[in-house]
Amino acid sequence: MFLSDGLPMGKVEFGGIVKEACLSYTPEAQVGDYVIVHVGFAISRIDEAEAREIFSYLEQIEEAGLADDTPPAREASP
Amino acid sequence: MKYLDEYRDPQAARQLAQSIRRRTTRPWTIMEICGGQTHAIVRFAIDELLPSGLTLVHGPGCPVCVTPIEILDQAAAIASRPEVTFCSFGDMLRVPGSRKDLLTVKSEGGDVRIVYSPMDAVSLARRHPEREVVFFAVGFETTAPANAMAVAQAARLGLTNFSVLVSHVLVPPAMEAVLQSPDCRVQGFLAAGHVCTVMGLGEYRPIAAKYRVPIVVTGFEPLDILQGIAMCVGQLEEGRAEVENQYARSVRPEGNPTAMALIQDVFEPAARKWRGIGEIPHSGLKLRDRYAAFDAGRRFRVEAITADEPAECIAGAVLQGHKKPHDCPAFGVVCTPERPLGAPMVSSEGACATYYRYRRRSSRTRLPEGS
Repeated sequence: MFLSDGLPMGKVEFGGIVKEACLSYTPEAQVGDYVIVHVGFAISRIDEAEAREIFSYLEQIEEAGLADDTPPAREASP
Repeated sequence: MKYLDEYRDPQAARQLAQSIRRRTTRPWTIMEICGGQTHAIVRFAIDELLPSGLTLVHGPGCPVCVTPIEILDQAAAIASRPEVTFCSFGDMLRVPGSRKDLLTVKSEGGDVRIVYSPMDAVSLARRHPEREVVFFAVGFETTAPANAMAVAQAARLGLTNFSVLVSHVLVPPAMEAVLQSPDCRVQGFLAAGHVCTVMGLGEYRPIAAKYRVPIVVTGFEPLDILQGIAMCVGQLEEGRAEVENQYARSVRPEGNPTAMALIQDVFEPAARKWRGIGEIPHSGLKLRDRYAAFDAGRRFRVEAITADEPAECIAGAVLQGHKKPHDCPAFGVVCTPERPLGAPMVSSEGACATYYRYRRRSSRTRLPEGS
């Protein structure tokens, strides 16, 4: 992280490619955080707890039997 | 890559699709706002996992697509001037104006450059005080913080050779325009995750209440979109019309207050023309008077240039979800990404270009299997 013409900047790695992004809009971002970058600006820091939410949602639908691909159990046909 | 690959897991996608099928008892029509979501839906064939009565229609959220033709003509007029270095995001270069696109201006000798960020244009202006550097500031709320910063930074640095041609648009007024259209069939929305990352959820609650329409702020990966659809269907089946946030890993309810403050400082709401839709009140942003010195439209006196959309392009109906790209007689015939009639065939976020890339074979009447 560094300053460029008075603007806070950081190096951000995108799956192996490193680019500079302006961090003015994510003052809370620390080294090692994941951020969403749009046209050279970080616009948010990824919330790790919220990022896991979808997987607890999947567990819930699985428990509720909404995600089961097999047809519902029936009486064996005679 | 972390926070990407796990949201593309096929087994989890099948589970979510199954939960949507179990929950859906009636036909519903849901619009995804953002062109990035349209691209993911078609690329990953997410719509083909859904029950047959559940229809996704594609919304107006592609900045390139909705930029009106007259702004392209204004851009071409500025970019043709010998003293100007005209900077733009790459996908604007091939959007047709009424006579030419920016790529043609470049081939005729115009100094037209593709930049990754508006700050690159600010840097060019600093390094080349002898040139008039103009940035083509198009986009939705997602891009507004970057463009606002470019103008604010140019002001701070005292640059007199930098200006912006602004064609900024806003999502909520466009959603209202869609909902007010007499042909509207949209019953629920997937709102655009990155727009809401900047602006938060506040503007959407009055729309959900006024039009009794569920709005689920949704991300861009396949699992995000499927979960967004599941949440929207859940609301529709239960008769609820609320704003829900599927993309909470990026979207805070209050948005990004620092970004919103700078947008407010640099821009103010203004009426904007949308390609194929027409003028929508308060649907865009213009520079505030204190930044008028950075207005390229004024500086190069191109504001009076107006133009009509080509009649054979049905972009307006596509952008409002009334029609799909296949419904256009020009699709894939006289309109292709190589020779686009309208902007939705240019951008990777445009519905027409996305269908052309991934769904040419679904256009059964003209391009049968194996052609």
